[in-house]
Amino acid sequence: MKRFADLLELLALTPSRSRKIAALAQYFAEVPDPDRGLALAVLTGELKMRNVKPALLKQTVLAEVDETLFALSYDYVGDLGETIALIWPHHGAKDLPRLSTLVELLNTTSKAELPKVIGGLLTQAAIHERWALIKMATGALRIGVSARLAKTALSQMSGVDLQAIEEVWHGVKPPYGELFDWLEGRSGRPEIDHGSRFHPLMLSTPIEESDFAKLDPRDFSAEWKWDGIRVQLVLGRSGASLFSRTGDDIAASFPDVVEAAMGRAVLDGELLVGHDFEPGSFNDLQQRLNRKVAAPKQMAELPGFVRVYDMLFDEDEDIRALAWEARRQRLEAWFAANPQTRMDVSEILRFDQWADLAALRRQGADEHGHEGVMIKLRTAPYVPGRPKGFWFKWKRDPNVVDAVLMYAQRGHGKRSSFYSDYTFGVWKGNEIVPIGKAYFGFTDEELKQLDRWIRANTIGSFGPVREVNKELVFEVAFDSAQRSARHKSGVALRFPRINRIRWDKPASEAARIEDMDAFVG
Amino acid sequence: MSFILDRNLYVPALDAWIDPDGPKPRAIITHGHADHARSGHGAVLATPETIAIMKVRYGVDCAGRFDPLRFGEVLSVDGAKVSLHPAGHILGSAQVLVEAEGQRALVTGDYKRLPDRTAEPYEAVACDLMVTEATFGLPVFQHPLPQDEIGRLLKSVADQPERCHLVGCYALGKAQRVIALLRDAGWERPIYLHGAMIALCALYEELGVGLGELFPATGMPKAAMAGQIVIAPPSAIRDRWSRRFPDPVVCQASGWMSIKQRARQALVELPLVISDHCDWGELNQSILESGAGTVWVTHGREDALVYWCRQQGLEADPLALPGLDDDGGEGGA
Repeated sequence: MKRFADLLELLALTPSRSRKIAALAQYFAEVPDPDRGLALAVLTGELKMRNVKPALLKQTVLAEVDETLFALSYDYVGDLGETIALIWPHHGAKDLPRLSTLVELLNTTSKAELPKVIGGLLTQAAIHERWALIKMATGALRIGVSARLAKTALSQMSGVDLQAIEEVWHGVKPPYGELFDWLEGRSGRPEIDHGSRFHPLMLSTPIEESDFAKLDPRDFSAEWKWDGIRVQLVLGRSGASLFSRTGDDIAASFPDVVEAAMGRAVLDGELLVGHDFEPGSFNDLQQRLNRKVAAPKQMAELPGFVRVYDMLFDEDEDIRALAWEARRQRLEAWFAANPQTRMDVSEILRFDQWADLAALRRQGADEHGHEGVMIKLRTAPYVPGRPKGFWFKWKRDPNVVDAVLMYAQRGHGKRSSFYSDYTFGVWKGNEIVPIGKAYFGFTDEELKQLDRWIRANTIGSFGPVREVNKELVFEVAFDSAQRSARHKSGVALRFPRINRIRWDKPASEAARIEDMDAFVG
Repeated sequence: MSFILDRNLYVPALDAWIDPDGPKPRAIITHGHADHARSGHGAVLATPETIAIMKVRYGVDCAGRFDPLRFGEVLSVDGAKVSLHPAGHILGSAQVLVEAEGQRALVTGDYKRLPDRTAEPYEAVACDLMVTEATFGLPVFQHPLPQDEIGRLLKSVADQPERCHLVGCYALGKAQRVIALLRDAGWERPIYLHGAMIALCALYEELGVGLGELFPATGMPKAAMAGQIVIAPPSAIRDRWSRRFPDPVVCQASGWMSIKQRARQALVELPLVISDHCDWGELNQSILESGAGTVWVTHGREDALVYWCRQQGLEADPLALPGLDDDGGEGGA
């Protein structure tokens, strides 16, 4: 465990990406199975410890530490795992057993016995091993390491192409013996069944008005950017799966969509809800997403459908290497051959000049509330990850509103110890009612200034939350506003972020609730 | 109950303020850090070491008059008595004990209890009212042994001989302590200093604290700095100044470094948990040992320590002193 704890610490603190990759590659090359595979699972978020939950850890620590002192400490440190590692009052200073032994121990201990076992391990371990133990057990690493970075290290260790590793990734399971055997040349590539597995998605990059001078409009195609969730519909021989962008199968929440699908293919599109292919609001979709299993009433009121915009496999044929244009033809032909009731094809927007597209984008936003447009290079293959120059998202200009800061809370992770979570509101009569919450979006210097202002203007605290004088105005940008019964104001903002601090603006000039009506689509 | 000291740390019997944040006719200064020692007072009562430090930092005429008081000496003014007792924080750092009207009030200033050959060893002082700092006043602060932290630094230097290790330290106190710890761990090569460190290191040497061979860090060829240790203020390390060194490892010596997210925020690659303040357990121990029935808590995380004192059946209140930022002033903790 010590070796893994050292690795986690190095990953958390080393700013250099290449040094992180080198450390990971060295770890994977030197540490034996199954420990290295379990470490890989921890780093990629694939290790599931069913029983070790934050509540159980809290219960374990509160048996030893005063609750108020713990709460004050957690508020200060901003990370539950780290707070527990630091506050644990007993010291044994023996090395923890190896990773595989620990995983086995935690997975085979009954829930009732777990607090005792975890307490024993915390006492036994040095402080940074405690930290690593808790990070491992809860799976909440928050050390700035992505699954992709870990896979990049596997690629560097073995010389196997990263894309080839991404390809097999969803077909292998911890502790990844099969994967390491292949990477180290002891066996062939793990078997992949296209018909039932998730294929990593191709993602877009944002584009700015000024970027267009370098791009020829004839090389690109455009579509609306739909306000649903990205999904991959895998229609295989043995049945259909509906994957979210992270590869979770959400078919159980949308049987109406999955059961109605005809034909075989792997399709990329947007999951939406609404009657007759008329998309409802994201809020509507959210209601369906919140349910693990769909209720018949909901399915009738909010039927789901997929607006498809790309095709990865045409029946069993992998067409990802084809140009977008060719894939689009295949997609249209496939739809013609396989009529659908819960799927349609995303419409292509006609434009000659970028200015035409800009006008369409504005009009779409104003008249239909579209989020923006997607711009795709006609010759681009389908490449997993976020390749540059192939797909662009051109979002609508955000709405802005001047709102008043109401409450502040300390941030977590990198922002811990600063008041960097803000709740803000607008006037309703003579009071201010909350319309949203956002994280900090400024420079470190502004963050410090704001933090000082909050400390000096606190008028009450509720646990970690500080209520402040209603005097500071934020310019808040957001994508759209929705009616919400859960908010006292009756309005909720989608994707709110704080554009700037209006130190100059008196709170009396902030927006009123009536002003929000204009934004509710 | 009335005290011989008010909540602004003004002592009526002496007509003097302890560590005031602005110029006063008469000030008693616990130690030389800028959030405690300021220039412009009429008269300053402090240890001879603190006075020497103030003169180096602010100039020889930074106060109208200096009244040195050695550790253990007692000054009597109209029946009130004042004495200074080692706080163990930095060279010359003192706790101020005031006795009047049959009452003993102690202002600890900043203090630590772990051995440190660059500061006079902490002395426990019995009192009725204790004004304690709480820079690390949360139970998450359990400082490790500084020798072990220096061991981690030396291991990193040995493992990465092609890189230069830049250790961020506050210029007064922490820098000299880190140098002394390195020497005691057997590091005999020259140690390189940022310009801001030079005068204070020279003063420590002059006052009898041996620091070994020290060189200015600037003006050395880049390649010659591989495998070397440079001591600099934290601000310089993340600045352009540090680009003159080969592939630097950014280290920082501070009690805050026990919190990894803090270290990440500060872009520190090798955090060294070396503190010039008490940790939680030591704060608790000091309060109990003093025998004080009333505790005023300042400089840091007052809430938790006040709560803890009340749990022990002591009277306790937070003191909101002006002129301090949340992290105990100079960030040298």
